[in-house]
Amino acid sequence: MKLNFQVEGGNFAKAGAASSEVKKMLKQLGVPPMIIRRIVVALYEAEVNIVAHAQQGVISVDLHHDKVEIELRDKGPGIQDISRAMQEGFSTASEEVRAMGFGAGMGLPNIKKNADKLHIESQVGEGTTVYITNYFAKP
Amino acid sequence: MNQSNQLELHHAIKIDPDKCRACTHCLKVCPTEAIRIRNGKATIIPGRCVDCGECHRACPYQAFHVEQDDLSRIFDYKYRVALFPAVLVSQFPENISEEQIYSVLKQIGFTHTCEVEQPISVLIDSIKDFAQNEYDSEKPIISSFCPATVRLVQVKYPALTDHLVLRNAPHDLAAWYVRMRLAEEGIDPSDAGIFYITPCAAKIAAVKSPVGEKKSIVDGIINMSEIYNRVMSKATGANGAFHTCDCRHEISREGILWSLPEGEKAAFEGKSLSVDGMHNVIRILERLEDGDLPDIDFLELRACEEGCAGGIMMTGNRFLTADRQHKRAETFPKAQSSAGMEELAEKLRIAPVQPRPMVHLDTDMEKAFEKMQKARSIMCHLPGIDCGACGAPSCLALAEDMVRHEARMTDCIFVQQLWQKEGKISADKAFRNLEKKWGENRFDVDCSKRGAKNDNSPGLMNEEEDANLY
Repeated sequence: MKLNFQVEGGNFAKAGAASSEVKKMLKQLGVPPMIIRRIVVALYEAEVNIVAHAQQGVISVDLHHDKVEIELRDKGPGIQDISRAMQEGFSTASEEVRAMGFGAGMGLPNIKKNADKLHIESQVGEGTTVYITNYFAKP
Repeated sequence: MNQSNQLELHHAIKIDPDKCRACTHCLKVCPTEAIRIRNGKATIIPGRCVDCGECHRACPYQAFHVEQDDLSRIFDYKYRVALFPAVLVSQFPENISEEQIYSVLKQIGFTHTCEVEQPISVLIDSIKDFAQNEYDSEKPIISSFCPATVRLVQVKYPALTDHLVLRNAPHDLAAWYVRMRLAEEGIDPSDAGIFYITPCAAKIAAVKSPVGEKKSIVDGIINMSEIYNRVMSKATGANGAFHTCDCRHEISREGILWSLPEGEKAAFEGKSLSVDGMHNVIRILERLEDGDLPDIDFLELRACEEGCAGGIMMTGNRFLTADRQHKRAETFPKAQSSAGMEELAEKLRIAPVQPRPMVHLDTDMEKAFEKMQKARSIMCHLPGIDCGACGAPSCLALAEDMVRHEARMTDCIFVQQLWQKEGKISADKAFRNLEKKWGENRFDVDCSKRGAKNDNSPGLMNEEEDANLY
């Protein structure tokens, strides 16, 4: 089952639409609550990352009966040093974004903590694609 | 799987089928989509109901009622204790004094009175102890004061049950406290009946099947509005200035404010947030579930706006009640230390609260996945109007009911109309379908319905009765 969501860069009012929809579906499926929580936290962080950093993005969610595969592809600045961005506290967010409670540098580490599989591809000046896979039962 | 078998939880909200007109008001307001219209009457899916009482509030026909014990049951006991929350006192107009309210309770036949929040310092210290010494998971801890929000967490936000404060609600504490006091008086426990006068249905449900505990120690539940009426009829007009009661020295400012918004928050050091009103509570829990709340140590949740002052069993206006409660609180001293009450504090501990996630489609995830795909295909054919005329709260809910074999395509009046146009179904058959869902003769001319010529909905008399009166 495939779902696609458009994400608008800079529109914080709409941030979280995809994760909220996915959460609803996972609950309908009866995925164990703690597993849903992990998926939603990872997806929400990744979704907000697009809003905070990129001009626009597309989230494709591929839902199976035993796992969910999520691809978040954005057009944006890209990540210069992925391994550095994975460190807690590292942030490039503007003051404006931080004032809204985002950009504390916990984004990527938090995604990593909650994703079963995480893969990031990025090209500076072009954009970033984040792949997240989570299983509904412990593999 | 039939959802009604899913949970064996006690529910205090019942529907009187004779009063229900299947008007769908309740269908739309239920936060867990627990109501369906079947055979012309609203029915509650027990596994989804959290006893918040939104349906009770929304019903124009007073078809929802809250089960409670008959007042005469108090006389089964030699000693009869009225256990009541501070909101009972504050809902009365200012010309009715505390003393009058207490004296009416005695006149009714109660031998002892205890305000639920009397031993509040024990709870305050116990919650602090839980936060500092017991809880070691992710912040925030969530208040377990409001039983409707506790059930909401269990059913709709099961991943958050770990956050709940593992302490009893004040009414349980107060009941233990009363037992202790009675024992000090030398009263045999079997001679004493403790009756809880409650502001809401959720507390009744919680008393009858407590979360994380085997048995409640309250012996019965008395309707708040019944007490309200007794007080109003016996106490009106008398002098209002005199304020005394036999346990006034034990009541504290914090206790009186406890059930109002920010009541718990005020007693809690650290960052805390107070949220009242079911829909607000849902919004905040959604955000917490997304990991999208700033650092908060304590989350106070109340299903009703203005907390218990807005409880569904309350007669007084919630804002006036809350205002009086604040004024009353000012006349009482701050809570004393709970030192010396360790025995009582032990009674507050409860076992971890179990999640009770509602089953949407199927208990088997693979089957649920198939059903979800099917429901999504069905959605292509439904109008997306969410009118409720199928007996489900939304088109999506109908589609889900259909894949669970609890509803049919023809339940949608628009699909039926289309099928008639296409010659797939006869007008007669379509009408019979409607009657099956909404009840036979449901569409006959009926002038007694709300807003009609002879409206006889509660509080109104029809023309005949009106004529007899004059």
